[in-house]
Amino acid sequence: MTNFIQPYADYAGEWLPVLLEAMGTTALLSVSAFALSLVFGLLLALCRNTRWRALRRCVALYVAAVRGVPLLAILFLLYFGLPGIGVTFDAFTAAVIGLALAFAAQVAELLRAGLMAIPAGQREAAFAVGFTPYQSFTLIVLPQVVRISVAPLIVTFVSLLKDSSLASLITVDELVLTGRAMATEYFLPLHIYLAVGVCYFLIAWPFSLLSKRLAPPAAR
Amino acid sequence: MSGLSTFTMILEGLLAGAGVTVAVTLASLLLSVSLGFLLAIVRQFGKRRMLHALIDAYCEIMRNIPALTHLFILYFGLASIGFRLSSISAAILGLGLIGGAITCDLFRAGFAALPKGQAEAALAVGFTPYRTIVDILTPQAMRIALPSLGNYAVQLLKDTSIVSAIAAPEIMFYARSMVTSSFQTTLIYSTVAILYLALALPLMRRSACSKPGTRG
Amino acid sequence: MNPLLSVTGLTKSYGAVEVLKGIDFDVAAGEKIALIGPSGSGKSTCLRCLNFLEKPSAGAIHLDGERIGVRLGRPMSDRQLAPQRAEMGMVFQLFNLWPHLSVTENVAIAARKVRGLPAKEAQELALDMLAKVHMTHRADASPLELSGGQQQRVAIARALAQKPKLMLFDELTSALDPELVHEVLKVMEELAAEGRTMLIVTHEIAFARDIADRVLFLDGGRIVEQGPARALILSPREPRTQAFLRQIRH
Repeated sequence: MTNFIQPYADYAGEWLPVLLEAMGTTALLSVSAFALSLVFGLLLALCRNTRWRALRRCVALYVAAVRGVPLLAILFLLYFGLPGIGVTFDAFTAAVIGLALAFAAQVAELLRAGLMAIPAGQREAAFAVGFTPYQSFTLIVLPQVVRISVAPLIVTFVSLLKDSSLASLITVDELVLTGRAMATEYFLPLHIYLAVGVCYFLIAWPFSLLSKRLAPPAAR
Repeated sequence: MSGLSTFTMILEGLLAGAGVTVAVTLASLLLSVSLGFLLAIVRQFGKRRMLHALIDAYCEIMRNIPALTHLFILYFGLASIGFRLSSISAAILGLGLIGGAITCDLFRAGFAALPKGQAEAALAVGFTPYRTIVDILTPQAMRIALPSLGNYAVQLLKDTSIVSAIAAPEIMFYARSMVTSSFQTTLIYSTVAILYLALALPLMRRSACSKPGTRG
Repeated sequence: MNPLLSVTGLTKSYGAVEVLKGIDFDVAAGEKIALIGPSGSGKSTCLRCLNFLEKPSAGAIHLDGERIGVRLGRPMSDRQLAPQRAEMGMVFQLFNLWPHLSVTENVAIAARKVRGLPAKEAQELALDMLAKVHMTHRADASPLELSGGQQQRVAIARALAQKPKLMLFDELTSALDPELVHEVLKVMEELAAEGRTMLIVTHEIAFARDIADRVLFLDGGRIVEQGPARALILSPREPRTQAFLRQIRH
């Protein structure tokens, strides 16, 4: 056992700064992609509840398609595929867009479920006291949707954070790719990938705990 | 060469990996569901605090670390200390162990959703605690968990694509090797997307009415 | 004198199903009217058409001489309807309190956002209205912590805070446990004594008899009989009214 721990002691000074920097990249990638997916997801959710049937159909189709296609295929298509038709992104941008496109569908479904969980009477009461549709959405409906959705949204963020590891396969220098480079350099793959796992855990776990704390008691 | 025949050729190449994709999905699904069910039963009905803590720790570790990292640990990491797994068994084991944590939660949610009266009524008519769990609670919990299990299966199918990173010869693996030998990148990855969608579709029908976001 | 509310030729259909088949009645200022009738008679739909929560298929509604829901011959949007709806307070069968707001906030928010009262005045108004329904002691609670009867009283306070010309009550005791009905009806009697104009859809025949000036009996989407509350309930003329009242009593 001491044998196993020894390399960590030996290389801590070299590994820590590299891993910390990679954690930064992973965090930046995840946060950017999540922010984008929130905006995009809210738009999709609102389109899904619109009265134009064609728009509703398109959004439903998009959500279903994204649900059935692996993130890796989306990332490869964006990064390796699109240059073939003249559109080029750098790896980080492709990863942000790919993650956002994929997770926007999940966010949209969550928000839509939140919207549908608000009883019709809530809006009726808002209309009855003289609120405009905009007021009844922003003052009555949206705050309740946010309250319902915040815990599952955090869970979604943790999923996104984990899936950001796939960006390593399109050459984004985040935790996993950094780990691969270190593994070849030091010939200690087990030690290094375990360290990488710990790095992810350190970012993700607080959010997992938070989502549990915020979830309503029934869902806990 | 016409576009259609190129497409057919690509599709044929990819289909060579479809068998492995399906096999890895099914095998890891089986492993996940059995492990998850076992963990859920122990966590939900067991009395040992120690076991509860262990299961919780296991689930947290599986849930908060990416599948890719788990796979690298199992495939590259273990090999370096002499446990050499084939890429396919590493894939099945990795996805199955992660899935055990995910499905454990799904089953537990199923049990938790049952009204307390169900167990009480079973005990009252003379069932033993064991038979209560097996005959009365489990079938109902299964029914409740089924839609989310369907969602999980879709997610699992998609997640098998990442085992190409440890060289398991499934769809994405063939796609990547085809890309290096041709310039039809866009077409190849679009075909990949369509193929996965086609595989996922039967599963999605089943779980269409269920909630999204089953992942840990 | 012109009536406060006049309803003429009100019809409402859902697809091929005609729920209201031409309703006409007037309400004078200060008058209390009870709408009674079997379930499915259209009495709730009728009430919900008055503030256009349901859009009538045909007919006209005037409040204080102003046509509701139609401007220059065209139907108004929900946005345009907002100020007209603010003139009518509505109390729902299922209370419909907003669970993310405190009791006081439920009552005060419309005063601020619709009538533009400063926060402090809206707060004072809310407390006054809560006093009227004897709910001051729960002013800071969440609606989720209240019993059904308490929620309904807060909902009444919310409607009162609109300073409406007319109050609409949609089966306000139907969702309550029997022992909680009384506290709500007591509040209603106190409001009636203040000379408010009230339109009450109810199943409580004794309550309708005691509180209302006039009763409309609806059946099959039409007003079958109407008249002074006591007279209609004690000695109905129409066979359908007689049958309905007999059924209720037994």
